[in-house]
Amino acid sequence: MNRKIRILLAKPGLDGHDRGVKVLARCFRDAGFEVIYTGCHQTPEEIALTAIQEDVDVVGLSCLSGAHNALFPAVVKDLKQNGAEDIVVFGGGIIPEKDMPSLHKAGIQAIFTPGTPMQATVDWLNEHITPRD
Amino acid sequence: MFNKDTLEQSGALRRKWEDAVKETVSKHADQKKDWTTISNLPIKRVYGPEDMKEMDFEKDSGYPGQYPFLRGNQPTGYRGRNWTFRMFSGMGTAAETNKRWKYLLTTGQTGLSAAFDMPTLMGYDTDSPKAMGECGRCGVAIDTIEDFQELVEGIPLGKISTSMTINPPATVLWAMYCACAEQQGVPLTKISGTIQNDMLKEFIAQKTFLCPPEPSVKLISDTIEFGTKYVPKWNTVSISGYHIREAGSNAVQELAFTLRDGIEYVEDVIRRKGLDVDEFAPRLSFFFDAHIDFFEEICKLRAARRMWARIMKERFHAKNPRSLWMRFHTQTAGCSLTAQQPYNNVVRTAVEALSAVLGGTQSLHTNSLDEVLCLPSEQAVQIALRTQQIIAEETGVTNTIDPLGGSYFIETLTNEMEEKAWEYIHKIDDMGGMIPAIEKGFPQMEISDASYRFQQQIDDKEKTMIGVNRYKDEKEKTAVPILEIDETVEETQLKKLADVKRRRDNRKVQSCLQDLKSACKTGKNVMPFCIEAVKNKVSVQEICDVYRDVYGEYRDPGIY
Repeated sequence: MNRKIRILLAKPGLDGHDRGVKVLARCFRDAGFEVIYTGCHQTPEEIALTAIQEDVDVVGLSCLSGAHNALFPAVVKDLKQNGAEDIVVFGGGIIPEKDMPSLHKAGIQAIFTPGTPMQATVDWLNEHITPRD
Repeated sequence: MFNKDTLEQSGALRRKWEDAVKETVSKHADQKKDWTTISNLPIKRVYGPEDMKEMDFEKDSGYPGQYPFLRGNQPTGYRGRNWTFRMFSGMGTAAETNKRWKYLLTTGQTGLSAAFDMPTLMGYDTDSPKAMGECGRCGVAIDTIEDFQELVEGIPLGKISTSMTINPPATVLWAMYCACAEQQGVPLTKISGTIQNDMLKEFIAQKTFLCPPEPSVKLISDTIEFGTKYVPKWNTVSISGYHIREAGSNAVQELAFTLRDGIEYVEDVIRRKGLDVDEFAPRLSFFFDAHIDFFEEICKLRAARRMWARIMKERFHAKNPRSLWMRFHTQTAGCSLTAQQPYNNVVRTAVEALSAVLGGTQSLHTNSLDEVLCLPSEQAVQIALRTQQIIAEETGVTNTIDPLGGSYFIETLTNEMEEKAWEYIHKIDDMGGMIPAIEKGFPQMEISDASYRFQQQIDDKEKTMIGVNRYKDEKEKTAVPILEIDETVEETQLKKLADVKRRRDNRKVQSCLQDLKSACKTGKNVMPFCIEAVKNKVSVQEICDVYRDVYGEYRDPGIY
């Protein structure tokens, strides 16, 4: 039997808008994933280290304060620096459309914005993440 | 409220009506089975005298200006004075925000309201590594008093009231305001405004914090004491349900947790500072959300006013009639707005604003249509402000006070919401108060349950959001202009801070910080030390680091 998808949900930076990330944490748990949520106010480095320590398959980042352009790529960079570029990173929050190309280029594989049904994120994860053995 | 004859007549007519309903429904079924508020409170098909027969006019209602203030604090309602049109704003640098404020004052806004950026809200300076990417993004960046001086430049602090949405570093920003007033030659007794300064709801909902709950409440009691003695026209705390609701609570939870937070502060000031409740209670203020469920919100606001009067009178034995008044600001619900088809947000905001007015708010912020996408543009803010002006000056709703009072439905729902809120309050009392409840994660989990349920209801189309789960426009492209924050803001702010740090008397800075530290350690009121420190250009973070050092740092437990 396949291992369950193991996911770290995290909020980089100082933003405290955690309604969305917590709703998704519950939703992913109900979808059968193993969920780790580390609370607000994490630095990109803390997030990368937790992801490695917890041996997750995927990291979901949430930011609604407008600081995503600086913070999301920083997490990808910190993962890479620690030899964990195989961990998939996706994000969500108030992300203007014009910021998406540069975020994708920086290694954020998907971005979900307000109004996305929860199931769409579950489907995306099931389609794109293969749990590592 | 009704005599026996009326109830008998009503009972007979109700039975007839019920028969008619049965017959109609058998031929033509209702559109859906369950009819509930957005908070899932069940609503009946119709209400009548028998629903409110237990209500006692004198004990439960009265007239405006009479205990228990169900119908309003003021005997003259909005005829004497409209609510304050108070639009929350702040972005980029202090100079930019100052420009926006001056513009707002020319458009008929009657009070100022400051939004700070994340580093300021969390007690970090722009040069902290933690502040990366956040400078000026969701509010104005303030590092030292020099920024604050630019913020209030040319604004007469003795005449305009200013609300500042600031929580963990509230002592610091208020100290800056006091110091700037002094520099303008305005005595502290003349300045008026509000600091939000409500930490309990931060742990519950908004998640900006420095120190653990206990010392955080101590700092709030310091400001309440200082205000009571020296700044009598200032509201030193704005006990907020807004963020609780925006974090996903339902209306009853918003009502209950907010009032229970208020109880906690009152108890702490009495216990710690030895003040009499009537000395400080008149300056306590509140802040609620006006969500999209029109009647539920009106009832929530009416219930809140009555409950606070009862708490003050019965629990704290307040005697000053002003202590019994719940004065509150309202903001329309950011979380009800949609990024999809954003012009629909104008309509949502108008309906929500009307509910706040019919609920008797003293002050109102109406959200701009683009706030779900970015900080509001000038044009969007103007529409939002005009929405309030249209309600106040065109619609006629201010003609009479509490126009919905006495409605069978409104009174019944008000009573039901109050009853359910008391259940929560008693439960938290049994836990030993709000601090132990927060430590157990109780309010956090209740909110988390409610927000997850709501999201499921949206996804299952049990509840509707137009443009999101119904009437979607698949070809839609964002149609509104997006306000961009200048990328150079951070650079400008960093230069400015470095320059201040070079110019100031750094020995004086160190001695101010030392004095503040010993004040914290010995339990003295920190306010005079903060004022002295900010005058000497000590930064927001330098003061907050003292708090973190003495009181410890709080980390979000990430409860879901």
